[in-house]
Amino acid sequence: MFIMIVGGGKVGSQLARELSEKGHELTVIERGARRYEILSEEFEHVALNGDGSEIWVLERAGIERAEMVIAVTGDDEDNILIAQMARERYGIERVIARCNNPRNLQHFELLGAKPAVSATDLILRLIEHEVPRYGTLHLLDLPQENLEIIELEIADDSPVAGAQVAEIGLPDGALVISILRNGDGFVPVGTSVIEAGDEVLLALDAGLEETITQWFLPSAGRVG
Amino acid sequence: MFVLIVGSGRVGSAIAKTMLREGHEVSVLDEEPGAIAMLDSGQDVGWEEAGGSFTVGTALEIDALLEAGIEQADAFVASTDGDNTNLVIAQIAQRRFDVKRVVVRVLDPLRASWYREQGLSTVCPTQVAIEMLEDAVREEVR
Repeated sequence: MFIMIVGGGKVGSQLARELSEKGHELTVIERGARRYEILSEEFEHVALNGDGSEIWVLERAGIERAEMVIAVTGDDEDNILIAQMARERYGIERVIARCNNPRNLQHFELLGAKPAVSATDLILRLIEHEVPRYGTLHLLDLPQENLEIIELEIADDSPVAGAQVAEIGLPDGALVISILRNGDGFVPVGTSVIEAGDEVLLALDAGLEETITQWFLPSAGRVG
Repeated sequence: MFVLIVGSGRVGSAIAKTMLREGHEVSVLDEEPGAIAMLDSGQDVGWEEAGGSFTVGTALEIDALLEAGIEQADAFVASTDGDNTNLVIAQIAQRRFDVKRVVVRVLDPLRASWYREQGLSTVCPTQVAIEMLEDAVREEVR
């Protein structure tokens, strides 16, 4: 595939390395003269010096036959415009734009510069996933099987504290598979009572975590 | 009408002063607090004293646009020193805030002409200069 990378910084050059190892044909456009020197030593004719948000530079670099454009400059406005022009002016379907400031993601979407990749956003999501919010712990993800297992701690003021498992009224796709109390675990039946301080294990269809967590949070008030 | 101008350089500040003089409500947004000096210069009274408003902030920050009054704006002028910034914020003004009249300063003739075809009112000073210079050359030759 002929791939055009705009922006030859750390991200752009690493991408270029990996994509060329996979056998793709590449062009890397870099605006900075110094950075371009470094790039051309490594990538030779693949590197091109110029402002990749300028139409004539894009065309000189061969955008008309590019099958994929990746805009990874350090400037969000540039990335948005490059992605927008690649898609709308040159009809390229595979376009990826880097979003440096996650607060700008909304602009990428508004102007059709999608998909936008934000490293900060990715890291935040990973942290969210790793660090339990509202006492939720991700125990197991089975993406292939579309299942996940989570653990929740029942707070004193949780609406399910004191309720029977069958009373909670969990939606389809969620099942209480185990209750851990005072270091002992057991598999509950419908009449088992969940107590404050319990750790509850749930098996869920993927994507239900947010909804289910609400069921167990204080002030949710869904029992009854 | 209410005019919001982003970028208070030579161009933005001149438009702002004219619009205010003509009796319009004018709000200027610039990331540089010192940019208000351009609005004050050459006037008998200061910009804000004369009734203009000035907000410090970047136009990609929605909060700054809101503070500068984009929701009330009848016209929006993108006149920062960056073509790409101008093209992005003009599209935000047009698509997200439905501002009726959006005018964009774009120095690069190619981008100016393509985005004009896409429905933006771009003004390209470079293109204007090129045409004037060409005319001037023909005059000389004649």
